Amino acid sequence: MQDIKLDNYVSGGKEIPYLDDLSTLSPEDKARMLEVGVVLDKEHQESGTFIQMDNTPVHACTAQKGVEVMTIRQGLEKYAWLSDYLWKAVGKDSDKYTAHVEAKQGNGYFIRVLPGVKTEYPVQSCLYMTKGESVQDVHNIIVAEEGAELHIITGCTSSVGKEGGVHLGVSEFYIKKGARVTFTMIHRWDPEVMVRPRTGVIVEEDGLFLSNYVLLKPVRSLQMYPAAWCVGKNATARFNSILIATPGSEMDVGSKVFLNAEGARTEIISRAITTGGNITARGYIEGNAPEVKGHLECRGLILDGGGIIYAVPELKGAVPGIDLSHEAAVGKIAEEEVEYLMARGLNRAEATAIIVRGFLRVDIEGLPPVLSAEIERAVKASEQDVM
Amino acid sequence: MLEIKHLTVAVGKEEILHDVNMTISTGETHVLFGPNGSGKTTLLMTIMGFPRYKVLKGKILFDGKNVTNLSLDERARLGMGMSFQRPPVVRGVTMRDMVTACLSERANEENIRQMTEKADLVHFLEREINYGFSGGEIKRSELLQLLAQKPLLTLLDEPESGVDLVNIALIGKLLNEILGKDCPIRDRRAMGLIITHTGHILDYVNARTGYVMLKGRIVCEGDPHEILRTIKEKGYRECAICRI
Repeated sequence: MQDIKLDNYVSGGKEIPYLDDLSTLSPEDKARMLEVGVVLDKEHQESGTFIQMDNTPVHACTAQKGVEVMTIRQGLEKYAWLSDYLWKAVGKDSDKYTAHVEAKQGNGYFIRVLPGVKTEYPVQSCLYMTKGESVQDVHNIIVAEEGAELHIITGCTSSVGKEGGVHLGVSEFYIKKGARVTFTMIHRWDPEVMVRPRTGVIVEEDGLFLSNYVLLKPVRSLQMYPAAWCVGKNATARFNSILIATPGSEMDVGSKVFLNAEGARTEIISRAITTGGNITARGYIEGNAPEVKGHLECRGLILDGGGIIYAVPELKGAVPGIDLSHEAAVGKIAEEEVEYLMARGLNRAEATAIIVRGFLRVDIEGLPPVLSAEIERAVKASEQDVM
Repeated sequence: MLEIKHLTVAVGKEEILHDVNMTISTGETHVLFGPNGSGKTTLLMTIMGFPRYKVLKGKILFDGKNVTNLSLDERARLGMGMSFQRPPVVRGVTMRDMVTACLSERANEENIRQMTEKADLVHFLEREINYGFSGGEIKRSELLQLLAQKPLLTLLDEPESGVDLVNIALIGKLLNEILGKDCPIRDRRAMGLIITHTGHILDYVNARTGYVMLKGRIVCEGDPHEILRTIKEKGYRECAICRI
């Protein structure tokens, strides 16, 4: 994967004043945000909204009881203990990209749900790049306190055109005992943008972390390998990812989970389609405690265009009594399947579209209907690119 | 009306069907007998228009229109439908997707529900099509799709194989609805061509004509019950002798 020479980019964007009223955003900006699932009507805003443009947070609010949405810097001012969470799930010296975020003191969101509070509506956030040839440094922290439930949708997008840019996003999740967090991230970049998210998750006893990642539009290069540590008994981490690589896109995407406590569970599912771009689809599960269970499923579909899918599923078992498995399949659409649908009266393009849509359909247990609908919408919107 | 005239078909370089002739009049259902490998499925696949099956000679007329060179989906849209003996699993595509596709512009929640209830498959609507289905479930699923598609000509490849006695009655009922057997004869337009090995389906479907196919040729044509009786008593060898 391409090394990004960060010195070639400026640290991004002018200072933008805080926006109390998001209706003052331009129609183009609103449309961009909508494409990644961020809806700026009153109802959605009140459920919790965070917007960062380039390196400046411009809006952070919520009306949901028991939920806090603010910038990291505001969080650090309000809670001295928050510094204990900085760079614990992601090492600041993991690579040059995390080091860059640390050096630039990247701002981002701090979302916290209080003990026992079960949120009904998703908190939404948007990380938006507007300045070309720049770096966006983001650092987010999410804390779900004991027994809490939180849903987040994060849309990352840009309007930098051909100038391109670099998005560096560090996200640290802390899922306390019995807490549940679903995190749905939809990316929609300009074709010249390079993206390096760095995510770490710590899941305590009986906690659940469910991540859905969707990237269906062109990107110059994307490399991410989020990691979850299930450190408490019966902790669960699940990762689903849906990727479409159009010509010119390079993606190296995976998820890794360390099952470090008895009864911990994980499932990593990825669906990758290439219409000409290259995808490395990784997955790694490590079982370090008895009675843990993990499954990794990686399926790739190669459509016309000459792209490559390289599936790399890995399992490591370190103790007896563990149950780890994987399945990986890469291929083209079977002619037999297309003909089966054509025999029902669909033309070839319609039959192929249904098969592709089906391929990208990942049944996500525990995902609120509003987020399922958002993923479905994003997949549907990408059909034209695929076909 | 379906008219097959002097049809010769090859798969790859091998000629499978030789000079096949057949006429199914509007509203009629015919059955096709023959041992394994005799070319029955090839005939159905050729009528339906699967590209692997190359017509070397002859033609297929459907409602007076020469469809020999039409594609699979064009034929389906003209009113041909087929139940597959071993349909493929299509991962991620649900039974709901398939029924919706078959219903086309008639697709709505009420129609989908009604059809799936008839086929006793309501609980399968969100299941991936054919994934983990039993033999009987596959047959019911195929007929459900045909029920939704409402074809003028239904091609059925062994609809009773792998089906238990309880399911076969339901399959017979669905078939009769697809073939419009509840319509008065003068109003009946639906046609059927059914491949059967056991003949069990004849207990449920009123077929007018039977054929025996041997080595890619139709060697006998007549009353289907009489043909079945002869096959049961004397085997296909008698049909071959009869031909001579």
